[in-house]
Amino acid sequence: MSLLPYLVAGWLLLIGCFGVVRSRGLVHTVVCVAVAQSGTYVLLLSIGFQYGASAPVQGAPGPVVDPVMQALTLTDIVVSATVTALLLALVIQIAKRTGTVDPDQLDELRG
Amino acid sequence: MTVDPSCLPPLGIAIPLAGACVLLALAKFAPRVVVDTVAMTTAVVSVAAMALLVAATSSGRVVTWVGGWTPKDGSGVGIVLAADEIGAGFALLACALTACALIYTWRYFDDAEAHVHVLILLFLAGMVGFSLTADLFDLFVFLELMSATAYALTGHKIEEPRSVQGGFTFGVVTSLGAYFSLTGIGILYARTGRLGMPQIGAALDGHGLDPLVLAALVLVLTGLLVKAAIVPFHFWLADAHAVAPTPVCVLFSGVMAPLGLYGVLRVSTTVFGGVLPAASLHGTLVVLGIATAALGATLCLMQRHLKRMLAYSTIAHLGLFLIGLATLTASGVAGAVLYVFGHAGVKGALFLMVGVLLARKGSVDEFDLHCQGRDARLTKWLLPLGALALAGLPPFGTGLGKAISEESSGLTALFVLVSAATGGAVLRASLRIHFGLGPPPQDTDSDTTTGDDEKQEGRFPQRLPATMVVAITVLLTGGLLVGVVPAVADALGAGRSASWTEPGCWPRPCTAPRPRRSAASTWSGRGRASRWGLAQRPPEGRRVANWAITYPSHRGP
Repeated sequence: MSLLPYLVAGWLLLIGCFGVVRSRGLVHTVVCVAVAQSGTYVLLLSIGFQYGASAPVQGAPGPVVDPVMQALTLTDIVVSATVTALLLALVIQIAKRTGTVDPDQLDELRG
Repeated sequence: MTVDPSCLPPLGIAIPLAGACVLLALAKFAPRVVVDTVAMTTAVVSVAAMALLVAATSSGRVVTWVGGWTPKDGSGVGIVLAADEIGAGFALLACALTACALIYTWRYFDDAEAHVHVLILLFLAGMVGFSLTADLFDLFVFLELMSATAYALTGHKIEEPRSVQGGFTFGVVTSLGAYFSLTGIGILYARTGRLGMPQIGAALDGHGLDPLVLAALVLVLTGLLVKAAIVPFHFWLADAHAVAPTPVCVLFSGVMAPLGLYGVLRVSTTVFGGVLPAASLHGTLVVLGIATAALGATLCLMQRHLKRMLAYSTIAHLGLFLIGLATLTASGVAGAVLYVFGHAGVKGALFLMVGVLLARKGSVDEFDLHCQGRDARLTKWLLPLGALALAGLPPFGTGLGKAISEESSGLTALFVLVSAATGGAVLRASLRIHFGLGPPPQDTDSDTTTGDDEKQEGRFPQRLPATMVVAITVLLTGGLLVGVVPAVADALGAGRSASWTEPGCWPRPCTAPRPRRSAASTWSGRGRASRWGLAQRPPEGRRVANWAITYPSHRGP
């Protein structure tokens, strides 16, 4: 098993966090959260992957990749879609109410 | 009538989900009173189901393989729910608090459509699932179900700039935390080929603690500690609590954040209990707990926005709970769980009383409300009482829980100072508002969030609606009963090490010696059970045999 997919997964997770910290716009923040979550897709898929194996469907010839991990990744994608949509909806409301999406100018909540 | 207890854990998740679906279907044309009734009925039925489950767990752990996917010949892909006394207790707490929040909601929102009720019921399903699951991936799924509905509830007042900002901060921080947890879960699956918590634990016993497993532990715990608002990830909680609708704050403070700590307990004992040196885990968690408690208490004293004050008090108490849990002894864990229960009742009642102030006066600002509450009849006396209970006044559950926790952790001074500081802050605000004590405060600090431009929720300037009085009374009484009735403490596993009613019998740490256990009986082993505060359980019967079977590895060559 190659090490590359694990490094990619770790890189995506960390660069997503870094993006959230450095973000200058809330849409960018949401996208960075989604990037961090992509790291978990890559990790889960690469854990289940085998070279030369086919998709885990009934009657597939030869070895198949781990179906558990594929199911987990699908669940993860559903979760991601929900969270991203909800966060983007909140960004739209923030932009409507305050006229800005720059986190530095949102100072309603202090102390 | 006898109920097969193994059908109760799935029912705890299914009932709120079904109620939410019915409500969503009715929402278009049903009048408000029908919506309220259906939501209330669902919550009450859930409370009954979870109460039965708690009763059933007193004679052993209730294990359910969902959909009948029991393992065959030692292998299986089924999903398992397992309820022990603490897990079922948390599920019951979530249901009871939801019922109180729904009673309060009855007259609270003028304009609430069915959305709030649907979201609260979905939130309940997530919390019950989180308490009862014994599958690590399901733990993540329920964590996210709980979180996503919580973001929506926080940002419910979408016309308010503060509300959407608080919801956004909450969403970004806890989602990132949950993804770290998922990464850790993936690593654990890669290492062991299993997802069930006790099965992973059994497999890890053979592997030992290598750097990869340690990394997985850190990643999984990170997400749960973020959810529990432990320093340095505490800031979302104050923002979310300050802006969420008041009935929702009751759920956030009372059970959602403590559930993060419950997750920490479950993961660190069931999954990593066999490989992790207890001393190092204890040291790490205690340091985090002390930092959280000190920071929360300090910031609590500096607040003037009443909801933020209560939120920082919750953060301080979460730190204390973590210190209690970190002892990993029977009495420490039982004390922390009792403390959580007492705190949930008291803090919930305090939040609801602040909600009453917001509805009557249109403000939650301590300075702005100075002398304004002299005409309140009920809350005038109950708010100071709640503040004292928050500081650990016997015989409230907070007092008993604090006593057991501080006794078993040895940090008495910290517990006393922190709980006195948070109770004192609330008492200060309440005396200023209701009795006009002290000189009018000077408004000089511009860096603190004020509470005078919160949107007024509900309007009833003359009389307090009976439903709100009922909700406040039920919560305070609940907080009292946890401390007074030995059966409550007993049901939570604390009664064996402490009893409030016997004078001179204050709790002392009682760590049962840990018997040797075989890898095949991981979670049912009495060794681990003793560290869950359940030291003297009878040997378990037939169910354990199904439960303890481990999966073989799914991995191909």
